Amino acid sequence: MMIESSLSLRRPFRERSFGLAAKFLRINWLFMLCIGLLAGVGYAALYSAAGGSPQPYAQGQIIRFAGMMVLVLCIAMVDIRIIAKLSWPSYVVGIALLLVVMKFGHTGLGAKRWVTIGGIELQPSELMKLFLAMALAAYFKRATPEQTGNILYVLPAVVAIAIPFALILKEPNLGTAVILAAIGAVVMLAAGVRWWWFAIVIVIIAVSAPVLYEHLHAYQKARIITFLNPGSDPLGAGYNIIQSKIALGSGGFFGQGYLHGTQNQLNFLPEKQTDFVFTIIAEEFGYFGSMVVLALLFTIVTLAFYTAMTCNHVYGRLVALGIGTNFFLYCFVNLSMVMGLIPVGGVPLPLISYGGSALTAVMLGFGVLQSIHVHRDVEFGDGHDF
Amino acid sequence: MSRLAKERSAFTRRAALIGAGEALVFGGIAARLYNLQITDHGKYALLARQNSISERLVAPERGLITDRFGVILAGNQQHWRALFMQAMAPEPQAVLQNFFTLVNVSPDEQARIAQDLASRPGYIPVMLKDFLNWQDMAAIEVNTPNLPGVVVEVGASRVYPLGPVAAHAVGYVARPNRKEASADTVLSLPGMRVGRTGVEDVQDGALRGQPGFVQTETNVHGALVREVAHDAGTPGQTVALSLDAGLQQLAIASLADNTGAVVMLDATNGEILAMASTPGFDPGLFDKGVPSAVWNGWMSDAKDPLQNKAIAGLFAPGSTFKPTVALSAMQAGLLTGDSILTCTGSFTLGDHVFWCDNHVAHGSINLTTALQVSCDVFFYQVALLAGIDRMAAMASQLGLGVDLGADLPNAAPGLVPTLAWAHGRGIHWAEGSTVVQGIGQGYTQLTPMALATMIARVATGTAVGPHVTRRVGGELQIGAATTDWPALDVDDRYLATIRQGLFEVVNTPSGTAYASRLTIDGVQMAGKTGTAQVHNNTAAQKQKNFNDMTMAWEDRPNALFIGYAPFDNPRYAIAVVVEHGNFGAQSAAPIAKAMMTYAIQNDPSGRDAPLSVPLQSGTAALPVNGT
Repeated sequence: MMIESSLSLRRPFRERSFGLAAKFLRINWLFMLCIGLLAGVGYAALYSAAGGSPQPYAQGQIIRFAGMMVLVLCIAMVDIRIIAKLSWPSYVVGIALLLVVMKFGHTGLGAKRWVTIGGIELQPSELMKLFLAMALAAYFKRATPEQTGNILYVLPAVVAIAIPFALILKEPNLGTAVILAAIGAVVMLAAGVRWWWFAIVIVIIAVSAPVLYEHLHAYQKARIITFLNPGSDPLGAGYNIIQSKIALGSGGFFGQGYLHGTQNQLNFLPEKQTDFVFTIIAEEFGYFGSMVVLALLFTIVTLAFYTAMTCNHVYGRLVALGIGTNFFLYCFVNLSMVMGLIPVGGVPLPLISYGGSALTAVMLGFGVLQSIHVHRDVEFGDGHDF
Repeated sequence: MSRLAKERSAFTRRAALIGAGEALVFGGIAARLYNLQITDHGKYALLARQNSISERLVAPERGLITDRFGVILAGNQQHWRALFMQAMAPEPQAVLQNFFTLVNVSPDEQARIAQDLASRPGYIPVMLKDFLNWQDMAAIEVNTPNLPGVVVEVGASRVYPLGPVAAHAVGYVARPNRKEASADTVLSLPGMRVGRTGVEDVQDGALRGQPGFVQTETNVHGALVREVAHDAGTPGQTVALSLDAGLQQLAIASLADNTGAVVMLDATNGEILAMASTPGFDPGLFDKGVPSAVWNGWMSDAKDPLQNKAIAGLFAPGSTFKPTVALSAMQAGLLTGDSILTCTGSFTLGDHVFWCDNHVAHGSINLTTALQVSCDVFFYQVALLAGIDRMAAMASQLGLGVDLGADLPNAAPGLVPTLAWAHGRGIHWAEGSTVVQGIGQGYTQLTPMALATMIARVATGTAVGPHVTRRVGGELQIGAATTDWPALDVDDRYLATIRQGLFEVVNTPSGTAYASRLTIDGVQMAGKTGTAQVHNNTAAQKQKNFNDMTMAWEDRPNALFIGYAPFDNPRYAIAVVVEHGNFGAQSAAPIAKAMMTYAIQNDPSGRDAPLSVPLQSGTAALPVNGT
């Protein structure tokens, strides 16, 4: 009990009434600086994508980002315990939105992914990743090692992952579904679920992959095939990968110069302002520019993990880890796709790509992350605070 | 350790592991980027360049053809044309369909375009339409986004400012045919032309030049972004002819509506100063394609406008052959300037009577007088003295009936018969054939160019050969100097006798061409008239009066004149043939007089550059000295 009491001395916010100014100062400002810098990089890239003009991408995106920045700061002020209470309701809302998308959503690029709410385009699958991490964290926040070792206790969590996974797969959006499952798995792993269960699941998936492949949509199969051999269809599905690699490779160390990348400026890259935005940076600023962006992205992931590890309550730790992993997976899938390492999927590069729904989802997550960071020392009073 | 602390360290361990895994992935991405951006940079930079830079060849500008003073005889005129780069178009067929809806292209041309597209490499543009008008230009301009790969550029078409005047000498160009285009890629470039005849043909290699290229940066749709590099190539060289445009125009004007040819040479080096052939044609028509009506008109015209009569027209030389006959006998020692032969108005060989012109009896005359009055009977006898082979040998020395090696295509060597030739042809050579050979009738067929060469050689004693190319790219060609030509193997005393006779033809009142003597102080022309029957006339026909203007045009004899001037320092040699012009003195000699007067007054042979103060041209305006 000595340890507990000494710990409690370090907790200024054990009560619910604390000063806003003090909270504001507890925000991780290095983290905020990093996302601000990335948004700046994004502005530059989108400015270049438009051939040297703030229209039509850069200006809208930076305004949207500024709005989202305010939202992040607002959410950061909200007590994490309130957010924790909203975990399961959020999850239910997320599932409901996915169902709405299935029924009424509009199609983009061959998949029903978007739904418009109050004039804002949303991809519920993006939000669902955050809501799932929160729900799983809420489920596991009181779990004892005995419980996490009990398969019957873990099963509801698996079901909680499987429902949105299936719905997103049905959209169809294989990429996001896999990311969602990975986030769920990471949260469960961090919560203490036996690691060898994951190993078994991975083996099962590997064995059943050929069967699963048969159930993929034609476009998903095409992506995998062209990924394996991009040259087979240079002007078809493999075209993106080839042109993207050319853009990256032609950058060299210092790049072709801002606004002078031929692949970008001459429109050899389709949809370069969204999924392939990294190629603009890589082509025009070279390996140097790529590494700066990569360092910023890695810093954000690291700071999310830092928040997770310094958090004094299980809920916050798990959610922060989920949010950090979500951001990491965005970066990993997008960059791998751009470099031709994994099949192309509609995954943007967060904070840099043009588009609202991914930014909204990521920034909501960052809001929750900062709330965790600000309220890292609050007590849930459930015996699982440290 | 408490349960909470245990939980916390377990979490920290797992989180650190997950974090380390993610860091590893970031490291992998960085490594992969290093691989792409640094290690393989060269490969991808090249691919990016190939993506955006397209190169196409550009036809070089064809070289000019000028006269000796730089007057343009064949030049280039700019116009707009539409080309298609199939490498720049993602969907060539769709682009072509768009183009055909905008610009009227005939089905034949559409078929040609399809064939060109199929058979040519991507860097060779295909001509869609030449000679675009403003409507076409505007339509293409407005619809550029729908026409990726379509390029509008300035092309050059061949123009001939003098039109028909120098058509035969300069020649013409046409689009290369498919065989030529496939043999030489450069020829398949739009705008390339191949010389078909005349100097355009002979000097095609010098005129053609080397192709250039344009490198353009294009975006993914093939639309032009900017020009990266431009090399105009090497334009063809300028070919300066020995022709004098003024003389050439005068020759054509002098021939007027007559069918015939005029050749004027620099007697000292064989440079062709004028080479006229009538009727002519417009060589500019070939560049765009000759309308079939015009073509059919040419083909059905008995006067054969496309033929260069100066080098391909074959005519019996008539009396212009007499100097050759005389020289052959003199060379053999059978005739001298003092030899006297008698003309009684006719000459009987066996049972055949050969008449002198108009049955006039010239009496006992020597060679110079015989030339002066053009006595036929005198030369019947000389021909029998010399024999057919000696005449042919002398003719050959003087450039008659042989290939003159002129730098012009389609030149006919003509024919001066020998016994061997007759034998080869199975012709029984009667002595009568030798007799008529003495006056340039019978089998002998010569071109005006050969006659001009012959008189030039007689005048100078130098075996000059006719040629028309004077400079290529500014470089004076071999043959421009007198010393480039060997001396004639004929005794100069014999030539002097002949020249004296030819002088008297023009400059004595009883000479046949006295009416056409030069009216320039101190300058005399020497020459010989000729009146050659066009049929194998019988004696009875020969009795008829040639001057009968009621005779059908095609039955009238050809009028010829050969001459040179100045007599004491020969510089200009001329041959005139007026088809069915009756007497040489009547229709051919006046043309020679006009040409000679112009030549003496302007002296084009002595100069490379035009006179700073232009002299008046044409005989009408000549200052008359001493009369």
